[in-house]
Amino acid sequence: MTKKPQPERWYQEIIKANTPPKQVFRNSLTAFFSGGLFCALAETARLLLIRLAGLPEQTAAAWVTVGAIALAALLTGCGVYDRAAQKLGAGLAVPISGFANSVAASMLEHKYEGMVLGSGCNSFKLAGAVIVFGCASAFAVTLLAMLLGLL
Amino acid sequence: MPEALFGELLRQFFRALLIGGLFCTAGQLLFDLANLTPAHTMSILVSTGSLLAICGIYPALVDFAGFGASLPILNFGNLLVSGAREGALADGFLGILTGMLKPVSAGITAAVVFGFLVALFCKPKG
Repeated sequence: MTKKPQPERWYQEIIKANTPPKQVFRNSLTAFFSGGLFCALAETARLLLIRLAGLPEQTAAAWVTVGAIALAALLTGCGVYDRAAQKLGAGLAVPISGFANSVAASMLEHKYEGMVLGSGCNSFKLAGAVIVFGCASAFAVTLLAMLLGLL
Repeated sequence: MPEALFGELLRQFFRALLIGGLFCTAGQLLFDLANLTPAHTMSILVSTGSLLAICGIYPALVDFAGFGASLPILNFGNLLVSGAREGALADGFLGILTGMLKPVSAGITAAVVFGFLVALFCKPKG
């Protein structure tokens, strides 16, 4: 196995001294409240659709999901989503809107390489990982449960 | 009626804040402490969602917190498992394949269609 090349010791010390310390606690708190608030607003919208507009539960949930995705795509188009995501971190990356943002952002970013070769071929850069590992893990656990008779 | 609705809204608001916030914090800790890329983090979270779904934990979380559990990407894994499970119960092995993407089709299609519209009509920033 080849060893990963390391910078010289003196240079590493300079890097260490000049890297700002990670504010793990503050970042977590920001993610908790921004992501939590987003979820709480979505839940409020779902309940209002069910109780006031009289939609069935499944329909209401689907509308809220689609709404969050459309909103994320729109805000990505204005450049707002990515700027906010830099501040809020996982608070905007973990909700499903982060999935929509990754699709819209990579399609937009590669727009000038052509609609097909740029936007089309690059659309699932990050979302592809989510779909691949989601399907693989869901397939594995469901098949296992089926074979064990636990379904 | 309005008072009961208000109480329910308030209760669900804080439940969703708690559960959704915890999942986002977990994602942030994977970013910061484990130094993972977004793609690695999301893959881990989705797979975790599948595992929690097959144990029956995730559906219970959705019942408890609504969109607090439905909005985080872990629910993607949960929906895949619920689709695969329904398919398997109806059609056996083939059902796993035909059923898996059914519950997430709205989300994926919406993301692609709106993403395409954005790519058509917006200019890249930065």
